[in-house]
Amino acid sequence: MTGLILLLIYVVIFALGFIVVKQVSKRLIKRVDYTALKTVTFGDESAVTADRSASVISIVTLFLLWGAFTGSILTPIHAPPPFIGDTTFEYTAENAEGSRDTATVLVRVFRVGEDVETPEIDPGDGWAKNDAIEIGAWRSKLIKTDGNDEFDKAAGARIVEVDGQPILPGGEVKAADGRVTMTPKGTLNFIPAKGLQMEPIWLPAPEAVWGRFIDIISDGYQNYGLLEHLGYSLFRVIAGFIFGALVGIPLGYAMGLSNWFRGWFDPIVEFMRPVPPLALIPLVIIWAGIGETGKIILLFLAALWIMTIAARAGVSGVQISKVHAAFSLGASPSQIMRHVIVPNSLPEIFTGARVAMGVCWGTVVAAELVAAEVGAGMMIMVASKFQLTDIVIMGIILIGVIGYGIDILMRMAEKRLVPWKGRG
Amino acid sequence: MEKKGLFINDVSMRFDLPNGGFVQALQDVSLNILAGEIMTVLGPSGCGKTTFLNIIAGFMAPTGGEVVLNGNSVTGPSQERGMVFQQGALFEWMNVRKNVSFGPRMNNVPKAETEERVDHLLDIVGLSDFKDKAIYELSGGMQQRVALARCLANDPDVILMDEPLGALDALTREKMQGLVLKLWKDTGKTIILITHSVEEALLLGERLLVMAPRPGRIHKEYRLPFAEMGVGADLREVKKADGYADSREEILSMIWDMEEEIMGRTEEDA
Ligand SMILES: Nc1ncnc2c1ncn2[C@@H]1O[C@H](COP(=O)(O)OP(=O)(O)O)[C@@H](O)[C@H]1O
Ligand SMILES: [Mg+2]
Repeated sequence: MTGLILLLIYVVIFALGFIVVKQVSKRLIKRVDYTALKTVTFGDESAVTADRSASVISIVTLFLLWGAFTGSILTPIHAPPPFIGDTTFEYTAENAEGSRDTATVLVRVFRVGEDVETPEIDPGDGWAKNDAIEIGAWRSKLIKTDGNDEFDKAAGARIVEVDGQPILPGGEVKAADGRVTMTPKGTLNFIPAKGLQMEPIWLPAPEAVWGRFIDIISDGYQNYGLLEHLGYSLFRVIAGFIFGALVGIPLGYAMGLSNWFRGWFDPIVEFMRPVPPLALIPLVIIWAGIGETGKIILLFLAALWIMTIAARAGVSGVQISKVHAAFSLGASPSQIMRHVIVPNSLPEIFTGARVAMGVCWGTVVAAELVAAEVGAGMMIMVASKFQLTDIVIMGIILIGVIGYGIDILMRMAEKRLVPWKGRG
Repeated sequence: MEKKGLFINDVSMRFDLPNGGFVQALQDVSLNILAGEIMTVLGPSGCGKTTFLNIIAGFMAPTGGEVVLNGNSVTGPSQERGMVFQQGALFEWMNVRKNVSFGPRMNNVPKAETEERVDHLLDIVGLSDFKDKAIYELSGGMQQRVALARCLANDPDVILMDEPLGALDALTREKMQGLVLKLWKDTGKTIILITHSVEEALLLGERLLVMAPRPGRIHKEYRLPFAEMGVGADLREVKKADGYADSREEILSMIWDMEEEIMGRTEEDA
């Protein structure tokens, strides 16, 4: 239900944003670049650039929706919140002799985690006595209404009406701020109105995630500081990647240059390439345990094949005329290796390195989810066991930010180190 | 064997195909080119021009015959036979200076001497202002000049060019033709230049070789005065010289006939 409403609002904002931005920019900004003069833009890939205002609106919308549906203090508008406070409903019971009496139930709905006192009430007159109960928002609770009544269920009393409307076992009646249902055994159950907002256990408000972030930065989580968790994950990735590259690149070169190497390793590489590194986690745990060695072996394997294939492609991709030219200029095979084949393969190797780093980062998080004592994946796995959704979300965001950061760094290094890439 | 020059003796090249057939790319090609001659090679595509050049360069061994340069049999690539490819085959990871100095650097020529040679060559090909530019920042014509300079930096005896100007636009091409003639006269190198342009073959070839396909062989050879006339002169003027138009027509129709014959044969095959 909430999901559908969210989707609908999202689509509406998407469309409205488009129309509004188009209208505004048509009036205010005259595009003066060359693209503005193109009459054919449909199907012209170069005419499509990311509309930055769309990106901004997109991000703002995500946070607005997140805030609005979690009751965040950051957003001005909110989806209907769950009922919080005191509400009452009446029930009418009938005893074995057929005598009826009505009593009131005072329900105090509170936010889980906040202090609450059971309200004091006056039992009232008649044989059915008034009750009081406290229920956490988004929860429900069975109410032992006959606990204080003069005739209880054992004595043959049963409830026949709620708020003046007849109710049968298994039935349901709408009350002022929620619903009252009756179990097949005749006990009442109160479900306070949930509104449309998400329960923090599903999705905490942005500020809760931020607050948790600040807490964990200073206090750590599960015996390790936040930077230690992230640092360990990053260290494993870098170590695994470096070993993978140290073995994979020479292996790829050898496969690109020698029949024997290619024949020997082709079946192995081609077989290991389609095996997702995640599938190796159980085996690596059996062999090397859940410590650093196992993790680094796993990431080494994840990076190894990618780097091997990249280096092999880099060597095979060298234009024969370049090798011929170098030989005609008097270069020896080792000089050709160093001055032609290696530099020529660098663009491919960088592409492979970017892919490998991405795969390693994903693999390390997954491996830590399965088993680890410290690490970003372990942090969110443990948090999810305790239903600490704010830590889970914080962890996911940090994992995303770091993964993105790694890729940006790799791209910057690529620009500096192989400026000729794609321009040869 | 005291004679200076390039001697091609009964060179044949046969490619065996995976399907059991074969292609006779060259059949008993014999040719003597004296030091300092410039020869252009024309012929319909597939007649073995590239194969011919690759054998002289030493990139492949012929299945018959041999190539002898200055008394020594050719067995592999060597710096005495420089090569200029259609697409330059420059090293993008080096700047212009490093590309041109590649040969001397690989041969441990002293640094100062290398510098001097590179500066001199870049000056000749008109790229003094582009020494530190990256290859991908240069136009196609400039890249071919770098390729020429790189080849000359090793001071080869023979320069082999496989359609070196084929990818250039008409104007750049004309300038480059002038440059080739100038380099030929200034350096006295032996040059073999493959082209598919009859005009280029006429303008640059002191000797002009027309090859025929299936099997690849020498069809006819001409001795022409236009290369000599073109040194330092306006090539468009040379085209107005006596005999130029006649030679052009003759060679054009010769190539035309060969193409016709190939087409006809392919249709029969089909
Ligand atoms: N490596 C090879 N394997 C098989 N056939 C080849 C090979 N190289 C060239 N050929 C054949 O030899 C003939 C001559 O080729 P080539 O020398 O490239 O001709 P051109 O340069 O005159 O166009 C062509 O029929 C071509 O298909
Ligand atoms: Mg060719």
